[in-house]
Amino acid sequence: MAATELAPAPPAGSVIARAPRDRTASWPLIDRVGYWLCWAVGIGLCLVALAIVAFMAVKGLSYLSLGQLVHSPAPSVVQSQSGGFLDPIEGTLIVAALGTSIAAPLGVAIAVWLSEYRRPSWLARTVESAIEIVAGAPSVVLALFGLLIFAQSFLGFLSQRAATGVVNGRSFFAAGAVMALLALPLIVASTREGLAQLPDRLREASYALGRTRATTIRRILLSAVRPDIATGTALGMGRIIGDTAIIKILLGAGLTLQPVGQTPVAGLLRGTGPTLTTYIYENSPAGEGLAPQKAYAAAFVLLLIVLGLNGIVTWLTSRGGQSGGGGLNRAFRLIPFMPNPSG
Amino acid sequence: MDPMMPPPVRRIAVDRHPYVAPAQPAGNGHGPAAAAVATPAARLRAARAPVARVRERMRVESLWLAYGENWVVRDVSLPVRQGEVLAMIGASGSGKTTLLRSLNRLTEVTAGAARSGRITLDGQDIHELEVNELRRRVTMVFQQPNPFPMSIFDNVAYALAERPGRGGRRRRRSPAIEHAVDDALHRAGLYDEVAGDLDRSALRLSGGQQQRLCIARALAAEPEVLLLDEPCSALDPISTATIEELIVGLRESVAIVIVTHNLQQAFRVADHVAFMHLGELVEYGTSEQVFDRPATQRTRDYISGAFG
Repeated sequence: MAATELAPAPPAGSVIARAPRDRTASWPLIDRVGYWLCWAVGIGLCLVALAIVAFMAVKGLSYLSLGQLVHSPAPSVVQSQSGGFLDPIEGTLIVAALGTSIAAPLGVAIAVWLSEYRRPSWLARTVESAIEIVAGAPSVVLALFGLLIFAQSFLGFLSQRAATGVVNGRSFFAAGAVMALLALPLIVASTREGLAQLPDRLREASYALGRTRATTIRRILLSAVRPDIATGTALGMGRIIGDTAIIKILLGAGLTLQPVGQTPVAGLLRGTGPTLTTYIYENSPAGEGLAPQKAYAAAFVLLLIVLGLNGIVTWLTSRGGQSGGGGLNRAFRLIPFMPNPSG
Repeated sequence: MDPMMPPPVRRIAVDRHPYVAPAQPAGNGHGPAAAAVATPAARLRAARAPVARVRERMRVESLWLAYGENWVVRDVSLPVRQGEVLAMIGASGSGKTTLLRSLNRLTEVTAGAARSGRITLDGQDIHELEVNELRRRVTMVFQQPNPFPMSIFDNVAYALAERPGRGGRRRRRSPAIEHAVDDALHRAGLYDEVAGDLDRSALRLSGGQQQRLCIARALAAEPEVLLLDEPCSALDPISTATIEELIVGLRESVAIVIVTHNLQQAFRVADHVAFMHLGELVEYGTSEQVFDRPATQRTRDYISGAFG
């Protein structure tokens, strides 16, 4: 243990032999081709990522101004009068906060039940399949399903009810609830992985002190998998922030936040509004706004938010590293399309 | 059995000699200065002065234990006494760990465990006690040090009896709790090494310190019986000596049962030894009886290293 202080070294001037690098010259051709392909793909991916960030940074920074972050959008064809994107930023944050605050407790609860109780086992298997279905469903399908549910008249208090009594089913509540379905599988998977990683001797140690299973879960297991929960939540939040289909269908694509009624928070959540993704879509050449400058600026802000979130995940995971760690790597194994920042 | 282990009987004979005739004058081992210079073995001998009051705490009566269809403990009866260390020895698969785990019903955690026979704690059938109450009275230390991933203080505080009605959730660091934690760390001989920083993560301690923390945790519950499942098998000789000394010193206040693969360790710490083979209790007796005058050929073979 104390060896770190007095790093032992051979006498100066002595020849230090190192193992030679693995040479590919002796490999069969197919292996060599594969090996170099791996290199090429790896470098190519880095270039793509770099290009995205650089492109967005150049485009975004050239159009971005501080004023855009604090002004609401305004309907105008003149770019200088169409305002900023304060409302979309707020919308994104509301949806993300709502979605994760629904998904996190449910996801952790499901993960704990699946990992610690699992009884009856047929129910556990069914729950696992259900999570896979939710994880696999395209978000636009989830959105349509959500619209069907939230347009029911008995759920009218969650969105807007027209004078005719028809419930439109579009609100931050509705969008947040369906967004929770996007984040849920990630939180479940990450928490379960964390729990599965904990050795049984940790549980036995707690039982052997006369603690119940519930106390063990609450005070030992959950605190041990906190980094995994945080990882899953942050990844889920990333998915929520990036999603467009659910917003488009369940929140509309209004220009500003439109609360329903006068109640401060509930009115806002019952109301509709834009998020960054719909704002970008509407202003891009593909949408109606035809204000690509604004779209670029907003896209850059969105990218910054998601990258910031990834940074938080990395930080949380490295902090959790001493108690097992690897939460991020495990989480990324579950979603192969995202890059693994820890290499 | 660990193939690296030397045939134990010769070593025992070597170790045994100074125990019979102490090289140091009697009483020398008690002074602090003498204790500092004395060898671990000498300190252990000093600690092994007979305990005045020995009384029976637990009794195992014709116990059979099975996992699935496989009976791993067959018709075992033996007493567990406070004031004594009971060592259970035997080859792998002899059922000694299962027997140990049944004493605080930890066998029930494993699916498919079955049982026949009776275990009593102070005359009361342990299967009639509430299981968590039993496990607070009969705590256990495991083969691998298993501190919780939290601070040293929290590790010990977790084991303290939770007061009903106050909800153990946000445990205040009240003077009473701090005192109890300090006391448990003292008893486990860890206090002086960690006193400066009880908020340090328990996972940063060395293996031997972690195991003593686990012992402190097990003692914080104020148990009547302490079960140790090969507590030193993952540790170095110095940590092992510290823990053995600790075990011997504790036997006055709690009844101690230790499972060990290490015959020399059994000889060093135990007052009574139970030798198990293939689920049966082959021999039970005082340490001297079992090691010096084994009654059966199987015991003789085992302690002389003929099998295991």
